[in-house]
Amino acid sequence: MSNDILVITEHMDGKFSDVSFEMVGKAKELASALGGQAVAVVVGGGVSSNVFASDSTIHIDDAALSNFNPEAYGKVIEALVKEKSPKVVMFGWTVTGMDVAAWLSARTGAPLAAYAKDVRVEGGSLVVSSQAYGGKLMAEVAPEGDMAIVACLAGSFPVEAGQGSTAGTTMASPVDAGSLKVKFVEAIKPAGGDVDITAQAKLVSIGRGIGGKENVELAEELAKALGATVSASRPVVDAGWLPRTRQVGKSGLKVKPKLYLMLGISGAPEHLEGMKSAELIIAVNTDKKAPIFNVAHYGATADLFEVAEAMLELL
Amino acid sequence: MNIVVAIKHIPSIADDLPVKGNNVDFDSVDFVLNEWDEHSIEQAVLIKESVGGTVTVIGVDLIGELDNALHLALAKGADKVVKITADDPAADSHMQAKWLSEAIKGMGANMVFAGVQASNDLDGQIGPMIAAYLDMPYIGGVSSVEANGDSATVNKEFAGGAGAKYAVSMPFVAGVQSAPKPPRYAPVSKVRQMAQSATVEKVAPSGDADVRERPLRILKMAPPVVTGHAEMIEGSSKEVAAKIVELLKSKGLA
Repeated sequence: MSNDILVITEHMDGKFSDVSFEMVGKAKELASALGGQAVAVVVGGGVSSNVFASDSTIHIDDAALSNFNPEAYGKVIEALVKEKSPKVVMFGWTVTGMDVAAWLSARTGAPLAAYAKDVRVEGGSLVVSSQAYGGKLMAEVAPEGDMAIVACLAGSFPVEAGQGSTAGTTMASPVDAGSLKVKFVEAIKPAGGDVDITAQAKLVSIGRGIGGKENVELAEELAKALGATVSASRPVVDAGWLPRTRQVGKSGLKVKPKLYLMLGISGAPEHLEGMKSAELIIAVNTDKKAPIFNVAHYGATADLFEVAEAMLELL
Repeated sequence: MNIVVAIKHIPSIADDLPVKGNNVDFDSVDFVLNEWDEHSIEQAVLIKESVGGTVTVIGVDLIGELDNALHLALAKGADKVVKITADDPAADSHMQAKWLSEAIKGMGANMVFAGVQASNDLDGQIGPMIAAYLDMPYIGGVSSVEANGDSATVNKEFAGGAGAKYAVSMPFVAGVQSAPKPPRYAPVSKVRQMAQSATVEKVAPSGDADVRERPLRILKMAPPVVTGHAEMIEGSSKEVAAKIVELLKSKGLA
């Protein structure tokens, strides 16, 4: 058993996601408190791995793993964990990390702390602060046992602390690609032809509170009057009220407009990931305890329909 | 096609979540079906309608109130419903996944669906854990599943509308992000009819000894410490609207 921290980094199209650097930075801090090393783990080919400030980097450089495959990645990481016996394994709580972290926890018996916003060492033991219940509660949790798995929310730690140039040690993949039950077929590119919400200066963003497809028109009228574009949180898109190209958040797009006017969005952590850097955030929601009011610059506890209609009269 | 949908009954986050000791005060909250489970039920019923088969919906009954969610699933097209009678509102994802796996093991499932996540997945989601316990592959973030013989074409979403298509051999577990169509509506009369006529199969929880050994210990739970808060605009809706418009004009945004 070692006191090392393995950080499972993420990349797509040859580029690492910010959460990879964020975790490496945090891992260095934890490693020095635990007396171990911060080890960046890069799975897959087609990417240059000497970009982290880790104590060491392991690169499983295999072209067959270049495209994310949950089964293959899980098996590679499981084998690596068996070999290295780390104290902590860090994943991003992301569309890829979420496929592997809980699987690895069940396979190894190591506890998993998900939705992590902070990780620290207290009296030699790991304590994790995790968001729970859509951000309505924070939990302090202690993973018990020899190894802990922590899955971190993107944007929780600074990116810069994880950036560096540690050369990677290349390792062969222990997984026979031919034996996999999950096979990557092809990439699906985002549907074109719609407006690019990441390029808009002003967004009127609607959430579940909009109530139905028939009410989207009101948001569109308000957006038009403001010279803005309508975007949405995930439930609106999943319900088919707006196309996927308009979705802001973890499984959608990250936006940074001058104005982000939110109607009926409660502010789940997944949505905040996509919009918290907007310059001016105004939120209208009927729930005065909605988490969005902890992030927005201005807020109002009010009926979004009444507010939108009254705004239209004034514009 | 034999499809099993594993669901989660969770505290509603629409209301306040009072804390008692180091966890949610489960006696004073409403339990609801995890929202992503509605999508996994829809996806399962769509496959049944397309290629035939049976849909079994199974969940852990934490507080003795799961029947409503199960009757709703039947009204939407599920063929069979099962509840694991745990009566333990604090059971975490690992416990639930273990109980579900033990119950699903003998069902001969070709595909097992679960919601991609739930708001109380503090220790992870049940989908990948069920896959690990049943030794099946897992794929999450799924936006469509099409069955072709003994494999399926599965679309997984990445960020921003990008994704990838995978071919997955059965049996497998999928974490459903969204069904290809919005979840269907079931009329109240049909749900009521199911409540009167349908049988909910009961299974006792089992097989959890090893997952109890190394838990994720919850030290404390509390509303987040607020570092910043929106400046609240008070007044009637008209007054709020006027103040927002004034603010936008002052910043050259309207």
